[in-house]
Amino acid sequence: MDGEVLKVEKLNAYFNDFHAVKDVDLSVNYHEVVALIGPSGCGKSTFIRCLNRLHEEVPGARCTGNVWLDGQNIYGKGVDPVVVRRNVGMVFQKPNPFPGLSIFDNVAVGLRLAGVTKKSVLSEAVEEALRKSALWTEVKDKLKKPGTGLSGGQQQRLCIARALAVKPPVILMDEPTSALDPISTAKIEELIVELKNDVTVVIVTHNMQQASRISGRTAFFLLGELIEYGKTSKIFTKPQNLKTEQYITGRFG
Amino acid sequence: MASKLNLKVTSFTDRKRKLKSQLIIGVLLFLALLACFPFLFISAYVISKGIGSLDWAFFTQLPKGPGETGGGMANAILGSGTMVLMCCLLGIPWGMAAGIYLSEYGEGKTARILRFATDLLTSVPSIVVGIFIYGLIVIYFGFSAHAGATALAVIMLPIVARSTEEILKLIPNHIREAGLALGIPRWKVILRILVPGCVGALVTGVMLAIARVAGETAPLLFTALGNQFFADSLSQPTASLPVQIYNFAKSGFPDLERQAWAGALILVLFVFVINFGTRAFIYYKKS
Ligand SMILES: Nc1ncnc2c1ncn2[C@@H]1O[C@H](COP(=O)(O)OP(=O)(O)OP(=O)(O)O)[C@@H](O)[C@H]1O
Ligand SMILES: [Mg+2]
Repeated sequence: MDGEVLKVEKLNAYFNDFHAVKDVDLSVNYHEVVALIGPSGCGKSTFIRCLNRLHEEVPGARCTGNVWLDGQNIYGKGVDPVVVRRNVGMVFQKPNPFPGLSIFDNVAVGLRLAGVTKKSVLSEAVEEALRKSALWTEVKDKLKKPGTGLSGGQQQRLCIARALAVKPPVILMDEPTSALDPISTAKIEELIVELKNDVTVVIVTHNMQQASRISGRTAFFLLGELIEYGKTSKIFTKPQNLKTEQYITGRFG
Repeated sequence: MASKLNLKVTSFTDRKRKLKSQLIIGVLLFLALLACFPFLFISAYVISKGIGSLDWAFFTQLPKGPGETGGGMANAILGSGTMVLMCCLLGIPWGMAAGIYLSEYGEGKTARILRFATDLLTSVPSIVVGIFIYGLIVIYFGFSAHAGATALAVIMLPIVARSTEEILKLIPNHIREAGLALGIPRWKVILRILVPGCVGALVTGVMLAIARVAGETAPLLFTALGNQFFADSLSQPTASLPVQIYNFAKSGFPDLERQAWAGALILVLFVFVINFGTRAFIYYKKS
């Protein structure tokens, strides 16, 4: 498929009176990896949490604007945030497998609670998701062990598998490797590049090498505004905006 | 190169400081041991007084009249068991629901008021709970196991509610968000992801609440009353261990007093078993 999977129009996000994301327009194509960069506190997390309607779960938080997912406005009338989130997965900064659930159950839980009960369907989906997240060989003999017993990097790949298992067309990742060692990081980056065939990835990162290694386009945020958005190679070599250039060359932020 | 630092205790002030610290540790240890003493004393005393009267008849027979020998507390054991079980059926779901509400939806003013009310309820003397159920149920329907179990459930309710709330609050928020982000409705995130993740702790809280209500006497005096015999139904006055212990202990007949000790021993054992069982359960869950 071609064209835009996500189209954000005039998105504004607030925490009570605090205006965290200001008038952002941005679109993402199918099978694209888009990186969001910018100094700490500039609203990257808040922005992507508006893309799966998670932002509104924070007490006092709200947002305005439109987000078109495959042509439908997720903020349209009658849209159920639960259904939106089934189509827009998310991986968090800290690996957060569900405590008390086994590795298998961690991956299966999304499908199971969406009504899938057939064992064969579940185990097939779990295996597929674990293979895609490059974890299968490491855990295939201990699927019944608790997910929290894995190493940090394995836990994060487990969380990716958990998100993949429900087969969302879009996955959001908020600094998924910032708590990991270089080897785990490399594994996850490799994984993201491979995932491109199946899903669209929007990833927040503080690591500019990471952004240039894996993303097709990069968006630079500053103080809640989208300053510049374009081809990653261009953003990192010939940025149009002075602020982008200053950030990239490490002169502030 | 010889070090100029002296790391060994040599001077008088150093020695004094060390002595003082050892003295304080000694005092603390002594007081801590002293705190265990009532527990050890009660256990030893109850065991020594009660073990002699514990026989098969104690568990299977009804009490004999004053002056007669033999007999047991079967009615009280059965009555206590029934009422504690009924209390659990009512109090555990009720208390857990309240605790879940307080933890997961407990932001606004309503929740603050509810939380305060729960705390107040915890500190209401249990005899007052008994009088309350007396006025609410017993006046209309008479003394019964139903009334007794309801009184116990009211005592259990705030304990279970607050322990459930505290345990759920320990789960970091990003776990809830991970569930929501998977497209799982909030109530399912709570019941199918958060609760299974802390089952061990929740069970502990519930067990301790059961141990607490099992020994309650005052509320049962006003609600289940007591019974020399087995109750025919749940709507009749029902015997319970604490009330029967109380009655026998003040009866003045040595044989009944001996049985009261045996009853006390059973009650203490029950509480022990619950506590040990809980610990064993946690240990099992961990490994
Ligand atoms: N729950 C909250 N309540 C109030 N303000 C918040 C909340 N979360 C974030 N903010 C504020 O919103 C702004 C944007 O925060 P956000 O977490 O989106 O930044 P970020 O770009 O993801 O930063 P980082 O790179 O450090 O993760 C910050 O100024 C932050 O202080
Ligand atoms: Mg962030």
